[in-house]
Amino acid sequence: MNVKVKQKFKISNKEMRTTYNDTLVDLAKTDDKIVLLEADLMRAIKTNDFQKKYPNRTLNIGIMEQNMMGVAAGLSVRGLKPYIHTFGPFATRRSFDQLFLSLGYADLNAIIIGSDAGISASHNGGTHMPFEDLGLVRLVPNMTVMEMTDPVMFENILRQLNDQKQLSYLRIVRKHMLSIYQEGSTFEIGKGIVLREGKDATIVAAGIMVANALKAQALLQEDGINVSVIDMFTIKPIDQALLLEYADKTQCIVTAENHNIIGGLGSAVLEALETTPVTVKRVGVKDRFGQVGTQAFLEKEYELTAEDIVKAVKEQL
Amino acid sequence: MDNFATKIRIETLKMLRNRGFGHIGGSMSIVEALSVLYDNEMTIDPSNPDWEDRDYFVLSKGHAGPALYSTLALKGYFDKQLLNTLNEAHTNLPSHADRLKTPGVDMTTGSLGQGISAAAGIAKALKIQKKNNRVYAIVGDGELNEGQVYEALMFAFHHKLDNLVLMIDENKLQLDGYTDDICDQGDIRLKIAGFGWHALRVDGHNEAAIKHALQEAKEIKKVPTCVVLDTIKAKGVSFLENNTSNHHVRFTDKQIKELEHLIKQLEGDIT
Ligand SMILES: Cc1ncc(C[n+]2csc(CCOP(=O)(O)OP(=O)(O)O)c2C)c(N)n1
Repeated sequence: MNVKVKQKFKISNKEMRTTYNDTLVDLAKTDDKIVLLEADLMRAIKTNDFQKKYPNRTLNIGIMEQNMMGVAAGLSVRGLKPYIHTFGPFATRRSFDQLFLSLGYADLNAIIIGSDAGISASHNGGTHMPFEDLGLVRLVPNMTVMEMTDPVMFENILRQLNDQKQLSYLRIVRKHMLSIYQEGSTFEIGKGIVLREGKDATIVAAGIMVANALKAQALLQEDGINVSVIDMFTIKPIDQALLLEYADKTQCIVTAENHNIIGGLGSAVLEALETTPVTVKRVGVKDRFGQVGTQAFLEKEYELTAEDIVKAVKEQL
Repeated sequence: MDNFATKIRIETLKMLRNRGFGHIGGSMSIVEALSVLYDNEMTIDPSNPDWEDRDYFVLSKGHAGPALYSTLALKGYFDKQLLNTLNEAHTNLPSHADRLKTPGVDMTTGSLGQGISAAAGIAKALKIQKKNNRVYAIVGDGELNEGQVYEALMFAFHHKLDNLVLMIDENKLQLDGYTDDICDQGDIRLKIAGFGWHALRVDGHNEAAIKHALQEAKEIKKVPTCVVLDTIKAKGVSFLENNTSNHHVRFTDKQIKELEHLIKQLEGDIT
C-alpha cells in the first residue's frame, strides 16, 4: 500500500465509468482472457469503446441478469475472466442464487461491478437504489466485497483483481466522485486506510461517505474534538486488526455508509468488534427503501450528511 | 375519437420537458394502447381507484411511468397539477410506477420482467374469487429478454387465465440499441403462441385496431391473449424516432425548444 491523499478534494476529472472502460481496454491489450458482460446497460456504464476495440470479447447479452451470472460461470470454467456489470440491485438481488451457486459455491471467478451505489441511483428511485447489495454479497463465502472511494482507487483495484483468481463485488458510483487519492496511489485489498489521526473517536467509512467523514472530521476539529478517519473500502474480508487497534486507541467507533445499517459496513464493523466493549454507532440508511430525488436531497433524507456523522460522534462522547 | 391519445402525448411531453430528462421513448410508444385501455376498454372508477370490481392494469415496463401518469390525471384519478412534480423530492410520481404512491397504479414495477407475473397473480386471484374483472399488462420487447416472462407465460396458460391480456410494446429498441441486435427473439407473436396463448399482432398506433384486438380477446375462452403492438419508440417526436439514443434522454436546449414547438402543434391539432 502506498497511498497519497490529496490536500483539497475536488470533483474527479474522470467519471468512474470512464475509469472502468479505460482500465479494461488497457488490460485487455495484453490479456486475451478478459470478457466483458453487460445486460443492456452499456450506455449507462459507457463501455462502448471496449466493445468497439474487442467486439468478440464483449457480450451484451440482453436484459437477463440471472443468465449473465450463469454464463459468466461457464466462461470461468474455461479459464476466461468475466467482468460483469449491471446496476447493483440487479447484480445482487435479481441474480443472487445464480451468483451464490454458479459462481460462489462452484468456486468460479468473476469480477462483478454493481453501479449506482445507494443514493447515487438518484432519479431511478426505489427499484434501482441498492441499500442491500453489500449485505447480500457479504453472505457469499469467500467472496471479496469492496466499495470504491474514487477513480484512482478503482483503477488500481481493477488492475490487482485482474491477476487474482477470485469472485469479487465492486460497488461503484457510476459518474463523478470527489477525488481523494493522488494519481499513482496503490491500495491493499483487505487493509483499511487511515486518513486522519485523532484520539477521541474513529469514523470508519466507505464510498461517498469517506468524503463526508473527512468533512465531519474538520467540523469536529473546530469544536476541539479530534477524530481518526478510516477508509474501509474492503468490507469483506474486513481489516479487523486495524479496527481493534483504533477501538482500543479511541474507545469509540462511528461507521458511515451509503447502505442499510443492517448488513453492510456497520454490521461488518460490529461483527469484527464483537469481543470488545467499545461502542459502535452506525450512520447509514435506517432500514428503509429507496426513493427518487437528487443525491443532495437523498443525503439529507436518509441522514447521511457530514452533519449527521458529527451528531453521531458527539452523542457517543 | 376524442383525441385522448393526443392529450396523453401532450401531457407526457410537458412533464418530461418540465423535468428536463426522462424515459421518453418507451412512454411515447404506448400512448395509443393506454388511450384505448383507459378511455374505452377498462372498467374503472377514477374517483374510487381501489374499487374491487375494477379492471386491473400493470405497467410491467415501469419506466414508462410518465405516460401512465398523464393518462391517470386526464381520467381524473388525481389533479393534473401533480404532473409537474415528476421525480421531485417526495413526489407521488416517481420515474418508475409505484402502487403506494400514485392513485390508480395497481402494481409497483421498475425491475423488468416482474410485472407480468404480478398481473398473472391478480388474474388468478380473480379466478379463485370467481370475479369477472379483467387484467391488462404492458410489457416491453426488450423486457422479454427476462426469463421470468416465460415462467409467467407458462403459468397463465396452465391456469387458463382468459381474463389476462398481455400487450407487448414491440418498438424494436431497448436501452442499448435494436432488440434484434442484442438478442434476436425471432417472431414474438409466434413465440408467445408457442406457449399456448392466443396471440395476435396489430399496429400499436392504430386505436381502432387495438380496440378490435381487445374485443377479440374477450371472446377467447380458456387461454390468455397476447396482443403484440407494432410500435415506434418515441412515436410522435420526430427528432427522436428511429434513434438508438431515445431510451432515456437528457434534453439539450435545442431539444427543449423542439418539444415546446411539438406541444404547441399537438395542442393546435385538437382545438
Ligand atoms: C431487471 C432490470 N434490468 C435492467 C433494467 C434497466 N433498464 C430499464 S429500461 C431498459 C430497457 C427496456 O427495454 P424495453 O423493454 O424494450 O422498453 P422500451 O424500449 O419500450 O422502453 C433497461 C435495460 C431494469 N429496469 N430492470
